[in-house]
Amino acid sequence: MSIDFKALEQTLHARFGADVLDWTEFRGQHVLHIRATANTKVLGWLRDEPATRFDVLTDITCVDHLKLPDDMQKPYMERFTMVYQLTSMEHNARLRVKAYVPEDPCEIETVSNVWRSALWGEREVFDMFGVVFNGHPDMRRILMPENYEGHPLRKDYPLKGRGERDNFPKYTEIPEA
Amino acid sequence: MAMPTEDLQRVREVAPNAVSQVYKTLSLNLGPQHPATHGTLRFKLELSGEVVVQCDPEIGFLHTGFEKLGEYRNYNQFVVISDRANYLSPLNNNIGFAVACEELFDVKVPPRGQYVRVIMAELSRIADHVISVGLQGMDLGAFSTMLWTFIEREKLYDIFEAVTGARLTTSWTRIGGIFRDVPKNFPELVRGFIEKFPSVLDEIEYMLSRNRIFVDRTVGVGKLTKEQAVSYGCTGPILRATGVAYDIRRARPYLCYPDLDFKIPLRFEGDVYARYLVRLAEMRESIKIVKQCLDKLPDGPVNALDHKVTLPTKDMVYHDMESLIHHFKIIMPGHGVIPPKGEVYSSTETPNGELGFYLVSDGTGLPYRLRIRPPSFYNLATYPLQIKDKLLSDAVAVLSSLNIIAGELDR
Repeated sequence: MSIDFKALEQTLHARFGADVLDWTEFRGQHVLHIRATANTKVLGWLRDEPATRFDVLTDITCVDHLKLPDDMQKPYMERFTMVYQLTSMEHNARLRVKAYVPEDPCEIETVSNVWRSALWGEREVFDMFGVVFNGHPDMRRILMPENYEGHPLRKDYPLKGRGERDNFPKYTEIPEA
Repeated sequence: MAMPTEDLQRVREVAPNAVSQVYKTLSLNLGPQHPATHGTLRFKLELSGEVVVQCDPEIGFLHTGFEKLGEYRNYNQFVVISDRANYLSPLNNNIGFAVACEELFDVKVPPRGQYVRVIMAELSRIADHVISVGLQGMDLGAFSTMLWTFIEREKLYDIFEAVTGARLTTSWTRIGGIFRDVPKNFPELVRGFIEKFPSVLDEIEYMLSRNRIFVDRTVGVGKLTKEQAVSYGCTGPILRATGVAYDIRRARPYLCYPDLDFKIPLRFEGDVYARYLVRLAEMRESIKIVKQCLDKLPDGPVNALDHKVTLPTKDMVYHDMESLIHHFKIIMPGHGVIPPKGEVYSSTETPNGELGFYLVSDGTGLPYRLRIRPPSFYNLATYPLQIKDKLLSDAVAVLSSLNIIAGELDR
């Protein structure tokens, strides 16, 4: 059993109207582009609707569009893209949902009440990209130290860091006991 | 004195934040250098007597910035990083990354390449599971099991060394194939191992499966329901121990898995003992897969013949102008293998679960964004749930059953 993506696209357009921005396909993988403000509405529907039943949020990540070539930019794109990889075990299908988050205000509604796997996934996105998730119960850094400044996976963050290694606190001479 | 669980439940209902004020609790750090963590992770535990009231995992000690590094390396260079991500089954990570790249580049690996990859992937799965089971025994006091299993892994490492040239940092695959064909005595090497290995599995089962200490400490411990496991995005043996028959090898087949006959081991209890049984059964299935692959192993090239992606043979490079150009274009910086613009998410079944790679290409030799979806990350998120209101000693048993690899957890 699988999902009829053509029909799903039309259903989504009819149901959510302007919140559905686009639908693309590459290498047989379907991508649904939505407005960031509608993310919980659309994703919650995709999980509960019997025809789709995307019961697993396989992965949640983000892409920074700062250095994306012009010919890949679309008019509806913002600085950040939230990428939700959905899996339906019942229908054995996959769908990628993208929501566009502007640089300021860099925030989006959490989906951790739809899938629990978003609890840690969103913390990682916040840590690496600085996207804040409204309503998330535990919005802390997860991989980087708590006192770390900046968000390393942003495209304007240099590969070698901003001198964290050199400015590491250290003694210039051994203190007396 | 341990606080009775029912009391705790009541207090938590009345005043969720007051647990530590009503009952005196003790904060305990498990890790980052605790032997039971098998890596560098830290758990901030709140204990009431011996009962874990609260657990806050702190991860990231091994964060190496693989995803950031990936944006500055071309696709073949990242193979080296992919096996550093998982130090228990590096070959599965190599193959997982190569499969993802091949989907992006739209390259098909010839049959021999596919079969050889599947054999190595399954051997690597055995190496991972056998160590995982051995360490699970060790954490619960059965030290000899661990020694048994390490001997088996040593034999596997000898095979890996013969095939890839390295024991741990294999870096074996390339986009569109592997860096060289397997040695001539490869079938005999593998057959020699898989003929003797089932008897070792019997011994492990004999040592652990009916062992009173092991059974008492694992049955009913770390229970996870089907709904919880699905909602938290668990994959691999953790998910299959809760009764969900989801395996990427079957659900979204890659390489030559559709031609092979194997079962997906399943348990319904969702506890630590069920995970142990699933791992044992999976090893037996892996042996079946390897046997079938060896019987069917076809001749022919291991690399795709599209020399825009894979290197031509040295012989061709010396005698053929066009091959020389292809070789130059792939090797020289600034050229390299160029994928089309687009993005793919591709996943494979590694011993711990679903390993996914999300590649965004902007039409240059370097990936625009490279995301690794590690199985350990989502599996560990269920850990506080599993040990809440359980004994401290159960925390160790549960952790070893999750088989967390800190390398891929923190990336």
